[in-house]
Amino acid sequence: MSILDSKIPEGPLADKWTKHKNDINLVNPANKRLIDVIIVGTGLAGGSAAATLAELGYNVKAFCFQDSPRRAHSIAAQGGINAAKNYQGDGDSTYRLFYDTVKGGDYRSREANVYRLAEVSTNIIDQCVAQGVPFAREYGGLLDNRSFGGVLVSRTFYAKGQTGQQLLLGAYAAMNRQIGRGKIKMYTRHEMLDVVIVDGKARGIIARNLVTGEIERHSAHAVVLGTGGYGNAFYLSTYAMGSNVTAAWKAHKRGAFFANPCYTQIHPTCIPVSGDHQSKLTLMSESLRNDGRIWVPKHKKDVEAIRNGSLKPTELAEEDRDYYLERRYPAFGNLVPRDVASRAAKERCDAGYGVNQTGEAVYLDFASAIERYGKEQAYIKGLNVDDKKVVTDLGKKVVENKYGNLFQMYEKIVDQNPYETPMMIYPAVHYTMGGLWVDYNLMTTVPGLYAIGEANFSDHGANRLGASALMQGLADGYFVLPYTIGDYLAHDIRTGPIPTDTKEFDEAEKSVKDTINRLVNNQGTKSVDHFHKRLGKIMWNKCGMARNEKELKEAIQEIAKLREEFYKDVFVPGNENEYNEELAKAGRVADFLELGELFAKDALERNESAGGHFREEYQTEGGEALRVKEYQYVSAWEYKGQPSDAVHHKESLEYENIEVKERSYK
Amino acid sequence: MNLTLKIWRQKDANDKGKIVDYPVSGISPDMSFLEMLDVLNQELIEKGESPVAFDHDCREGICGTCSLYINGRAHGPATKITACQLHMRSFKDGDTIYIEPWRAKAFPVIKDLIVDRTSFDRIQQAGGFISVNTSGNTQDANAIPIEKENADKAFDAATCIGCGACVASCKNSSAMLFVSAKVSQFALLPQGQVEATDRVLNMVKQMDEEGFGNCTNTGACEVECPKGISLENIARMNREYLAASFKG
Repeated sequence: MSILDSKIPEGPLADKWTKHKNDINLVNPANKRLIDVIIVGTGLAGGSAAATLAELGYNVKAFCFQDSPRRAHSIAAQGGINAAKNYQGDGDSTYRLFYDTVKGGDYRSREANVYRLAEVSTNIIDQCVAQGVPFAREYGGLLDNRSFGGVLVSRTFYAKGQTGQQLLLGAYAAMNRQIGRGKIKMYTRHEMLDVVIVDGKARGIIARNLVTGEIERHSAHAVVLGTGGYGNAFYLSTYAMGSNVTAAWKAHKRGAFFANPCYTQIHPTCIPVSGDHQSKLTLMSESLRNDGRIWVPKHKKDVEAIRNGSLKPTELAEEDRDYYLERRYPAFGNLVPRDVASRAAKERCDAGYGVNQTGEAVYLDFASAIERYGKEQAYIKGLNVDDKKVVTDLGKKVVENKYGNLFQMYEKIVDQNPYETPMMIYPAVHYTMGGLWVDYNLMTTVPGLYAIGEANFSDHGANRLGASALMQGLADGYFVLPYTIGDYLAHDIRTGPIPTDTKEFDEAEKSVKDTINRLVNNQGTKSVDHFHKRLGKIMWNKCGMARNEKELKEAIQEIAKLREEFYKDVFVPGNENEYNEELAKAGRVADFLELGELFAKDALERNESAGGHFREEYQTEGGEALRVKEYQYVSAWEYKGQPSDAVHHKESLEYENIEVKERSYK
Repeated sequence: MNLTLKIWRQKDANDKGKIVDYPVSGISPDMSFLEMLDVLNQELIEKGESPVAFDHDCREGICGTCSLYINGRAHGPATKITACQLHMRSFKDGDTIYIEPWRAKAFPVIKDLIVDRTSFDRIQQAGGFISVNTSGNTQDANAIPIEKENADKAFDAATCIGCGACVASCKNSSAMLFVSAKVSQFALLPQGQVEATDRVLNMVKQMDEEGFGNCTNTGACEVECPKGISLENIARMNREYLAASFKG
């Protein structure tokens, strides 16, 4: 029997959440005023949770390392948000969204959590529209939808290529309303550096004021982490520069189990790496795969000609192109899930068909979409559908309307016009499905410590479908946590304020200060970035899109060695009592150096391929991921000192409402 | 490329601050402007000097964190982009580049090129929201059809990233474009009507209290806005304000 209790309610799948809400404890409005909740992170999950808990009457203290809650990296999500509204009448339903998500996650997520997610998805859209989020609309004034990878319906709501921005600004506005009422106390430019545990319960945090360097104690009756994912362990990723694992990692070190750390999403459509100077990678939304077709040349001679500039991609005849996704997966074509699309791109590039100088790029081509839309518009407007110029101009307008900001971003970075020549894209680290282990109530293995949004692990299994991250972040923050946390806090109505002058706070503060002093006073010779880049190379080469036993073992050794070297030789300029970005970065990289090793260890333990975790030893004859039944569990790691000492726990996954079968998109 | 950078260095809010010259070499035209600053900072760190502090995060033009005044223009010479989207191909070998923080009374300098923009947050807290609780019991999203033209205009206004380039570009340090973008977004939507009067009055009041200047219609804000927020929004806010003043 596992020590992990997922606390999934009894009863039929479709009734679990309703029943649970009816069964759990509530806190009466007068008592909510006596209870403090700390929320770390102000993205979609943290921001929506802060607003909702404050609205309910709790005293919320919210923290973000950015200068404003509006800048959390949820803002950069482009494509959209899923909801089982079935506005298109194309057969969508709560069950179908649940089914697609579990299948998309390669049968490694928790059924009950995913069903609840699908269930509340429709509330999210209603809520956001009521808040004034300007989703895209059709001419009739109703909401528009588009389609995303791994599904056969159109259920994605969007606001051009800036859906994350609009949703986050909605949550930010809801927070602002509560900040203005004094129900949220907002701490910007503050970084959480430890969780304080009192009598086995999370009762506060230690935070550093990033402007003054001051170390602060904050107490509460519960602590919620909405601190995002840890993809920056790879150095190059589509994450923001400041995105980090520190809050989650400190929680792990204080007793929260870390689940499935090796489950990383490598997104198929990002702008390829251009050189060593590169600091981050930029995503081109999956929504582009609605209209863009992915291809490489069929023949090596054309690859050579394109690379040396003697042939333009637009000049290559249709029959000489290999639309490899359409060829391999006729049913889903360019809209296969992300893990499948990424591996297929890697396969073609490894085989020598990459179309740029580094050999690591494929084309995403809009020419046929421009022609198709152009003809449609010409027909509507009564113009000549055979006039190429008229059709192209009209088609470009339609494409601009849909994806204008993405095309502009691409052009600024690559200096090529994607309306005229196909985009070049390559997979990049984008999201982490792994995270802190939580039960059905979103509580970690530490009582009173919650993890929501990307920071937890529960809903996406081994691969997340497009437009599901925004859905999960807002579901957790607006509609799940506000109920489930009440069940826990109901026991705290007589506790009174949590004092910060206790030995637990003393100890946590000392530990934080010791780490900072060690970093600042280290007389090393190399910058933080030097180590971060080296960690990133190990992660990408040995824990990336394809992994194998030998390289994972090497990665574990190399990361442990690099960590040792880091503490010996890192140089942090300046001091701890000032604005010092290098110091903040050093702390984050130190944590990535520990997480990275656990990541590799987790990948090595999982002798199967599932979703984003592809082990070369476990593949079908056709090169698809080969799941192994005995690994149908969640790995949850308990901290015991070094990552190599981490203890492995398993939560077995049962599928009672969905048949586990080979995931096929053919 | 080899360049001369003239960068504003200011230890903290109390320091007087000054321009310091830094030569950089081996800059690739494919680097982003911030990556060029990364190169400089790595060199400074290796020499044991203090790196240049500047705000940045997403590095893809959407978070609104970066805030550099480059050669006398907010976000540099190119239009409709943020400093993080600016690439070194916009410059040529041998150029001298001035890099300064946003300059405005309501944006005090924290360190070097970093300014405090919490005044923007306080304006939003004064009324930049629709008072609807997250009960999950709101009406169906499609129960309120919205004319596409208005929905699109509301979206355009809502794309403001809150970077502050409008304020930095304005000779009066006015925040009218920023405030009007939020007022317009809600003024164009039926959901925003109920609180329209209070919203515009409260947000404008807060804007004035923060020490932002008046609008004299020079239009510099619109030219330098990385998201192309239109001056029409200011006109709409003025109409809203006038109507609200008569009501209020």
